[in-house]
Amino acid sequence: MGNERKLRILVAKPGLDGHDRGARIIARALRDAGFEVIYTGCHQTPEQIVQTALQEDVDMIGLSILSGAHNYSFPRIMELLKENNAEDIVVVGGGIFPLEDIPKLKSIGIKEIFTPGAKLEDIIKWVRENVKPRKVAA
Amino acid sequence: MGTKMFSESAIERIEQEYKEWLHEYEKALQKLPERLERFSTVSDMEVKNLYTPLDIKNKDFMEDIGFPGCYPFTRGVQTTMYRGRLWTMRMFAGLGTAEQTNERFHYLIDHGETGLSVAFDFPTLMGYDTDSPLARGECGRCGVAIDTIDDMQRLFARINLEEVTTSMTINPPASVIWAMYIANAENEGYSRKKLGGTIQNDCLKEFIAQKTLMLPPEPSIRLVVDTVEFGTREVPRWNTISISGYHIREAGATAVQELAFTIYDGITYVEECIKRGLNVDDFAGRLSFFWNSHIDFFEEIAKMRAARRMWARIMKNRFKAQNPRSMMCRFHVQTAGCSLTAQEPYNNIIRTTTEALAAILGGCQSLHTNSLDEVYMIPSEFAVKIALRTQQILAYEVGAANVIDPLAGSYYLEALTDRMEEEANEYIRKLDEMGGMVAAIEKNYPQMEIAESAYRFQQQVERGEKAIIGINMFPSEIPPLEVLKIDPEIERLQIERLHKFKEKRNKVKLQKALDELRRRCEGKPCWENNVMPALIEAVKAGATEQECCDVYREVFGTYTDPASF
Repeated sequence: MGNERKLRILVAKPGLDGHDRGARIIARALRDAGFEVIYTGCHQTPEQIVQTALQEDVDMIGLSILSGAHNYSFPRIMELLKENNAEDIVVVGGGIFPLEDIPKLKSIGIKEIFTPGAKLEDIIKWVRENVKPRKVAA
Repeated sequence: MGTKMFSESAIERIEQEYKEWLHEYEKALQKLPERLERFSTVSDMEVKNLYTPLDIKNKDFMEDIGFPGCYPFTRGVQTTMYRGRLWTMRMFAGLGTAEQTNERFHYLIDHGETGLSVAFDFPTLMGYDTDSPLARGECGRCGVAIDTIDDMQRLFARINLEEVTTSMTINPPASVIWAMYIANAENEGYSRKKLGGTIQNDCLKEFIAQKTLMLPPEPSIRLVVDTVEFGTREVPRWNTISISGYHIREAGATAVQELAFTIYDGITYVEECIKRGLNVDDFAGRLSFFWNSHIDFFEEIAKMRAARRMWARIMKNRFKAQNPRSMMCRFHVQTAGCSLTAQEPYNNIIRTTTEALAAILGGCQSLHTNSLDEVYMIPSEFAVKIALRTQQILAYEVGAANVIDPLAGSYYLEALTDRMEEEANEYIRKLDEMGGMVAAIEKNYPQMEIAESAYRFQQQVERGEKAIIGINMFPSEIPPLEVLKIDPEIERLQIERLHKFKEKRNKVKLQKALDELRRRCEGKPCWENNVMPALIEAVKAGATEQECCDVYREVFGTYTDPASF
């Protein structure tokens, strides 16, 4: 257990919205829970997010969005991950969007959607149970 | 000669009795302990079990509380307040295309709203046209897409722009959007001298909280000063900035942080305008504020009263303003979006009602009430009508608007108002020491203070120390709401329309106008180089929002979010 490398998680904000309270709280909570966390900051394109994920060799990407552009940016990110043979990176989403969009997002491979009001504790538990290191660190 | 409210002998007597009462209270607790280990406001300010004259024994009525419409304006900026005229019911609205939003405006006006407030989509807020690759998937989703003066014309069709006042929540491109508003109004035959409204135009709170970022702080402030200077000379009824605490609070700040950082942003704008050579009494009367009304009823009322008193004192003492109007903190309020829950969304109506009542008792000049479904999407007609009705019921049925500042003199409220002011002043001293707001932003200071508070609050919620009904108390499942749908097709239509618009323009005239805008941006900030006249010409010549903002970006450079957490 002690030898296993820490999970690396990218917290990312796709699109043009600046509501980053949720993303920053999650980033802190994951860091405090012992994960390695990288945060993109606001206003990231799907291309930038995937590039960062690959460069940073992350095991998971957490996407946070409010603007309503999730129906464009989430599928685009999944597409780009596939193109880069990185579809084993676990992608989860959260933020403000109509609940009816959730099944669609899950159908394109987003593993979990955390809606407003989700407990940090539950998110951390989910990560521990569902995300494994992609490959052994060199 | 002071005007103390209690005599020394009265205070002595109360003090004695209070000690005895406390003794009784302790005894009572032996039988039944207090419900909570610690009682505190939603901002985590600890509160006592009881407030008495002892908590406000040093208050001077005339100095600290006084009369409405009189310095220090604790009790309101107008003499008659809502007995003369109710606050403006100004619902934030924007969805899809300009036509769809215009329809929503008319719907709201038909149901009794009294002022307009435009929500723009994110590309518009960030200075991009709908055809920018960065705008993919965003068109009309969080507000209305405005690329050109033609969109502006459609947005305000069949609305009398000299009768209604319009608030526009726009930040880095505020000068451009305002130029479009003025140019369109003039094309429609209205006089700029008679136009009334507000552009949010507060760039500092973007760096601190809202992150609608375009240019670095310095040129951002320069453009703000340009708009203030232009408004002062040319559009005298316009509020040139709405100095906004709302987003600072939504990002997780406490009430004190919202108050302190916002007031300090105001101080910064006043300083910068004075540096430009403007006389404080010529422009300060047109600065307005925007507060959040969060869920803790008394804390919010206290915050709004403290804001008025602080601003009055700052304008008088720090900036030597002479005209009482310069000292008035006039403000719009929006109920707290972040207090609403996706679970059991109907409860949001009750939250919003309470927050709206706090705004009214806090003495707001205009109010937006959130809709119950805003935790999923921008509001449906059904939900926005309930939100407007909430204001109307409070205005006409409950009697809250019949007496001016009815909670004044409440021992608790006055003590809380004082504490707000004291703690906010602590921050103001700290920011002064740091060399001002821009220096503090560069040190990431306000950003991290807010992040701390947001994280602490979330932990308190998870530990059950802060109650949220339907989340950490009495949770249950209810059937989902029907929410508004924005047709993804509108993005294609808006792009098509934008391209047609671009083809029709006189390229030579357009280029000349944009060149003049660039020349002014490159020049030293002064009236001769004020961007507003050039922008009005440019948008009349068909410049799009992005084309104007591209000039800004090229001349001033861009700013990106430092990604701290």
